[in-house]
Amino acid sequence: MSAALAVAPSAWPLRRLSSFLYGRRGLYLALLLAPPLLWLGVVYCGSLLALLANSFFGMDEFSGMVKREFTLRNFADLAAPANLDVIVRTVTMAAAVTLGCALIGFPIAYFMARYTRGALRAAFYLGVMLPLWSSYLVRVYAWKLLLAKEGVVNWLFAETGMGWLLQAILGLPVVGGPSLSISSLGTFIVFVYIWLPFMILPIQAALERVPQSLIEASADLGARDTATLRKVILPLALPGIVAGSIFTFSLTLGDYIIPGIIGDSSMYIGQVVFLQQGTAGNVPLAAAFTLVPITVMVVYLAVAKRMGAFDAL
Amino acid sequence: MTAAVAFEEVSCAYGPVLAVDRVSLEIREGEFFTLLGPSGSGKTTCLRMIGGFQFPSSGRVRIHGADATRLPPYERDVNTVFQDYALFPHMNVRDNVAYGLMVRGAERAERYRRAEQTLELVHLPGIGARRPAELSGGQRQRVALARALINRPRVLLLDEPLGALDLKLRESMQVELKVLQRQVGITFVFVTHDQQEALSMSDRVCVFDRGRVQQIGTPEEIYDRPATRFVAGFVGAGNLLEGAQARVLTGADAPAMLRAERIRIAARGDLSGEGAQRRSAHGVVKEIEYMGAFIRYIVEVGEGIELLVNHANLGESGAQRNFDRGAEVTLSWADSACHRIAEGDA
Repeated sequence: MSAALAVAPSAWPLRRLSSFLYGRRGLYLALLLAPPLLWLGVVYCGSLLALLANSFFGMDEFSGMVKREFTLRNFADLAAPANLDVIVRTVTMAAAVTLGCALIGFPIAYFMARYTRGALRAAFYLGVMLPLWSSYLVRVYAWKLLLAKEGVVNWLFAETGMGWLLQAILGLPVVGGPSLSISSLGTFIVFVYIWLPFMILPIQAALERVPQSLIEASADLGARDTATLRKVILPLALPGIVAGSIFTFSLTLGDYIIPGIIGDSSMYIGQVVFLQQGTAGNVPLAAAFTLVPITVMVVYLAVAKRMGAFDAL
Repeated sequence: MTAAVAFEEVSCAYGPVLAVDRVSLEIREGEFFTLLGPSGSGKTTCLRMIGGFQFPSSGRVRIHGADATRLPPYERDVNTVFQDYALFPHMNVRDNVAYGLMVRGAERAERYRRAEQTLELVHLPGIGARRPAELSGGQRQRVALARALINRPRVLLLDEPLGALDLKLRESMQVELKVLQRQVGITFVFVTHDQQEALSMSDRVCVFDRGRVQQIGTPEEIYDRPATRFVAGFVGAGNLLEGAQARVLTGADAPAMLRAERIRIAARGDLSGEGAQRRSAHGVVKEIEYMGAFIRYIVEVGEGIELLVNHANLGESGAQRNFDRGAEVTLSWADSACHRIAEGDA
């Protein structure tokens, strides 16, 4: 009986393989993980390193060919006033968009995590994610219509007698412009709209993990609601806020479509990379530009870590 | 003397479910008061209404005489040890313990000094720099206790604080909590579903079932003179005699309670030491459970009438001997051991 049982697996090569691997967890793991690790290591990180390497190459002025010689010229070019301008503008916009997303996203995430369940929560999830399932371009162009001089927003302000307010805002330097669709403010609004789900979902996930008893304990020990928010809820939601801000910040840093459609035609990093690489064919300078967001993110995460953003993980 | 906590006809409903149903009780200043009941009996809801985490649907809650029915938790002179301890994971032990002082604006030096003092009170000196995640269950429990005590509340609420601990630790914490309560002189309101814990720790116990108070009394009163069938069945091991059983064994129709350890078991016909005030019944041992400190016999004394008997395990050297399954025995008990239950089930 037992002999028959012992023989049976050998009839099936796959079974024999699984029996063979069962006792050899290391080999098993290596076989399972090799394909995804190769993808991550070679295709994903490898291409990034190639990009990094490219940023140290130069261009032949006449032929327009990449010269494989070490140079720091690309980085010197980044510091040129026009390029520095682009970098500062993009980083400022990304920071503002992140802040805007956090300010709008936190209350929504808080409500979702603490006050909804069942069908209402499903409706909220749907509401947050539904826009992600429709075309990004369609939504951006829709916003162009909404924000245009003849658009709904302008009309609403005029109808409610607040037209002067909109004019005053549009009259501000830097953020203003002839209409919302042709101003940095418009770019900001559309960025916030587009990236908001990426802020809400991680914050919601973080808040969901905060037990109700912690909030009760805080009140029990004498903390009013604002103190509980500052001392307990925000610190515990911080990993989620940081995760969300990584998304909104880096997505804004790299985007080249939104500022091209909505805005005052001032350039952002994504557009410059697009122009340098696509139109001008200056891959090394484009590569140097893409290192800016990476550097900014590394610095940002280091600061966040130092501030204790990941202590509650 | 004003009661530390008083409930006046308090009810609390969750939607259509009445979790607490017209409860009135008074908790005296400085006593160790236990709310005992099975899960869903309303004991925790009552505790939460004292803490201010839940407001009654009707009725009034007074704390030291003042109406606290709808007072937020941060305005009550009451602190809580939560069932899951609810330690703040992003703070070290010192900041956890000092939290109550911090939100009241105490200086850092003062906070840390008092936190260390309070940690000493719960026998955990010098662990202030650690994180809650680095502590054992028993240590977390003490930190939660220290955190709740640092504001020097007049009433301390404990929501099944020992539930997550293993048996040995739970037993030592029971003693320690009792000692601590005498030491700090604070009113303790303790919630548990463990009747042994309730009996061993409390000055008075309030037994809950289905949102209603079944009985309030000292552990002796609860154990020896249960007011309702529920209390008789929930607290301790015993025989609830009803109907035919009661008629046959007590000679009266009313339901009665006969504790398993108050029945003496002897070999059939061995009536040595029988007094006049005793009743007896013949029976056959149906089942034996060896419990260590005692042996539990299930003895059939008549058609369908079984009695639980707890027999002290004195070993072979003792005069008593143990019985095997199927042994013919005589059970006897004092008349006074039978407690009449006056009213029907609430």
